[in-house]
Amino acid sequence: MQANVQQFPPFREISAPDAHGGHGHHEHPELNFWQKYIFSTDHKVIGIQYGFMSLLFMLFGFFLMLLMRWQIAHPGVPVPVFGPLLEKILGQPAAHGAISPDLYNSFGAMHGTIMVFLGVVPLAFAAFGNYVTPLMIGAPDMAFPKLNMASFHAFFLGGVVMLVSFFIPGGAAQAGWTSYSPLATTIPTHGQAFWLVGMVLLITSSLLGAVNFIATIIQLRAPGMTWMRMPFFVWAQFVTAFILLLAFPPLEAAGVLQLMDNVAGTSFFLPTGLAVGGQLAERSGGGSPLLWQHLFWFLGHPEVYVLILPAMGIVAEIIANNTRKPLWGYKSLVYSALFVGFLSFIVWAHHMYLTGMGQKIATFFQATTMIISIPSVIILTCMFLSLWGGSIRINTPMLFALGFLPMFGIGGLTGLPLGLAATDLYLHDTYYIIAHFHYVVAPGTIFALFAGVYFWFPKMTGRRMSEFWGRVHFWCSLTFMNIVFMPMFAQGIKGMLRRMSDGGVNYAASRVPNAIDALPGSVMQLNGWILWAAIALGIAQIPFIINLFWSISHGEKVNSDNPWNATTLDWRTPTPPPHGNFTHEPQVVRGPYEYSAPGHATDFTPQDEAGSASAPKPPTAHH
Amino acid sequence: MEIPYTVQNRPDTGIYNAKLGVWLFLASEVMLFGGLFSAYVLLRVGAAPGDWPHGWLNVTLGTVNTLLLALSAITTLLAWAACKVREFGKFKFFHACTILLALTFLGIKSYEYHDKLTHYEAQLTNGKFADGHFVKESKDFNLAKKTGTITLHGHIVEDRKELVDLRSPVAKAAKHEEITIAATDIKKLGNYGPAHNTFTAIYFTLTGLHALHILGGTLVIFYLWGPGSRMWKTDPERFTNRIEVSGLFWHFVDLVWIFLFPVLYLT
Repeated sequence: MQANVQQFPPFREISAPDAHGGHGHHEHPELNFWQKYIFSTDHKVIGIQYGFMSLLFMLFGFFLMLLMRWQIAHPGVPVPVFGPLLEKILGQPAAHGAISPDLYNSFGAMHGTIMVFLGVVPLAFAAFGNYVTPLMIGAPDMAFPKLNMASFHAFFLGGVVMLVSFFIPGGAAQAGWTSYSPLATTIPTHGQAFWLVGMVLLITSSLLGAVNFIATIIQLRAPGMTWMRMPFFVWAQFVTAFILLLAFPPLEAAGVLQLMDNVAGTSFFLPTGLAVGGQLAERSGGGSPLLWQHLFWFLGHPEVYVLILPAMGIVAEIIANNTRKPLWGYKSLVYSALFVGFLSFIVWAHHMYLTGMGQKIATFFQATTMIISIPSVIILTCMFLSLWGGSIRINTPMLFALGFLPMFGIGGLTGLPLGLAATDLYLHDTYYIIAHFHYVVAPGTIFALFAGVYFWFPKMTGRRMSEFWGRVHFWCSLTFMNIVFMPMFAQGIKGMLRRMSDGGVNYAASRVPNAIDALPGSVMQLNGWILWAAIALGIAQIPFIINLFWSISHGEKVNSDNPWNATTLDWRTPTPPPHGNFTHEPQVVRGPYEYSAPGHATDFTPQDEAGSASAPKPPTAHH
Repeated sequence: MEIPYTVQNRPDTGIYNAKLGVWLFLASEVMLFGGLFSAYVLLRVGAAPGDWPHGWLNVTLGTVNTLLLALSAITTLLAWAACKVREFGKFKFFHACTILLALTFLGIKSYEYHDKLTHYEAQLTNGKFADGHFVKESKDFNLAKKTGTITLHGHIVEDRKELVDLRSPVAKAAKHEEITIAATDIKKLGNYGPAHNTFTAIYFTLTGLHALHILGGTLVIFYLWGPGSRMWKTDPERFTNRIEVSGLFWHFVDLVWIFLFPVLYLT
């Protein structure tokens, strides 16, 4: 056995005989289409698979939102252009091409589900994480390539189940993406059961992914890649993976219990004496609706950090690269990310102040919620301070990264009144909440994801995306995002509730003039503006879509493997990286952000560039 | 291209990939069962006084099953140890024992399920409750149309509360005999399946999920025992690792049962 000890990865040039038979799949010269694109075990192909699927899902989720916005602005009016198509596909719920309240509920629930679980998380964590993380730590692939493939396939199946649920009788789930019981169980259609099965598949996918990411980052770091030399992006993915690993299973438990409620007639979340439609439900009762909310938000809140941490990682890389100086407060960033990850597990009940769970519990969660804002603010502050005194290189990725900072700032700061129980009681379930978390996720995370697409596109394809159309995409998106979401703060403060299929007409001052706190005409009018801004936002994505596909074959070719003059290892591979990534084993000798090191010939010093005064060479044992 | 540390430990972390992977997986499993156990706690604490059942499960069978799993944990360990000292024959023997023990466990578990699913409670029109195991029903039995009869082996009680605590002297003193009830006398009829009450619901869910884990573990161990053991000839060290990793999972599944048994059977 001793003779076989392999200390560090034998890389591509070393054609070691396969000593560990049985895990075949070596580099066959010719892979057919299925092997190459569908059943690939290469982390880069899987990353692109995830990226492509999640972008499609995001577009679909956006389209659902447009239909909902039409219904909000013009309740009961048939949808122009798409109305007849909807009626043809979905039948009764879309009679006459208008969106019925039931269909509106379906779209609402599925918009949330798709955007969170099939759009943003797979893109931020699975797509970028898969493509970039192994490259950044100098690994030949993920630790478990087959598991990686299985993870994508489970994700794909989960997506298919979610999509299929639109076409079953009664349509998709209607109880919101939070699926509160007893509503989720008492709606007499099977959409919820499909939703639960789809979620179990998606949770399985993220579980496999999380195990794989953590094992990869712990085990496959290249020699010299110590923990404090890892780029912040890798740290962000690491913490995210732990959150997914530990926060998702309680939702899986809850999903199993709710599935039992829906399919086997149990009463886990149904209280004694539950009446449905004026009739006492034929149920044993004895269950607890609050139990669902606890289990759901035990995932639900950490999930917020799953959405935001990878985005912060991407922004950190792009800011360091384009300010041409080291990231300010690297260690603070790392410790803050770890602290956020830990603390995200004990803030969940701030989503439940209104449930009557008790003042003492509310006070506890209010305190932890205020505490968790500290590391988030540290992270954002470090990024702002990184800009200080830099000669900033403006390009599309940097624009999106810069856009992320204030947009996420707005999203984060408007969350404070929601974290305090007293103010939350008033703002809960209003459009204020919608505006708050969309600022975090849409112009926040999604901008960071766009930045990442523009930034790593040259590594994936060897070509750049068009700079001009990238800037058009950025400025239009920034403008229309704000016109869409900013008015919602006002609507929410005026008391407009979310999840109303008529957009608040029932409570409008024009309909009930003498009611106290009826929604004034100015607030109702905003619905129309938001609709047109949302449509414009959709149109603003067209340059991106065309740019993305056109540039794959027609973009300007990059003249080196490192077109942004970056320091991290992901730019030290051939372009695009082949299966196995590196032509030689990288030896990391310095930290991730050595930009503009004094005395160095160029303004960047790659992590594996040997011999420099700025960093002592670490002991390269075992080689 | 080859992934490093699939077999050997990485020097600075002291672990090989698969072992780390399975520990991470087990961490998530702890959270999964942790979520379900907290559901159990909340449901039980929230139950109205006197509503939570006692003594509904057969402690003898539960004890036997506990011992079976404990024994299988030992044989799993011995199978791994046999691989470590390169004694393939012993490995085959010990894991054959593991598989047989696991299958016996599942057999007993299905008997217990069957017992619950054939146990009926009938709410009678006169306000009493008939409770017992299903014997047979007459050919024309139709509860909805109120025709025919059904025969249960059990007893009839005045108050439904008498059915809740089977460890009480009253319940122990009850005489069980064959009773035939006409459909016309039955208001509502249901078995002790998951929908019966929150206890059977959590019982079936927890033990069902656990049984699925046993089944999955058994399949993996069977694969490694049968066709998968060919790897012994080519790469015994990697094979030994596989036995270790699957053993870790198996120990976890045993451990879950160690919690399930007192929580469901003994309290």
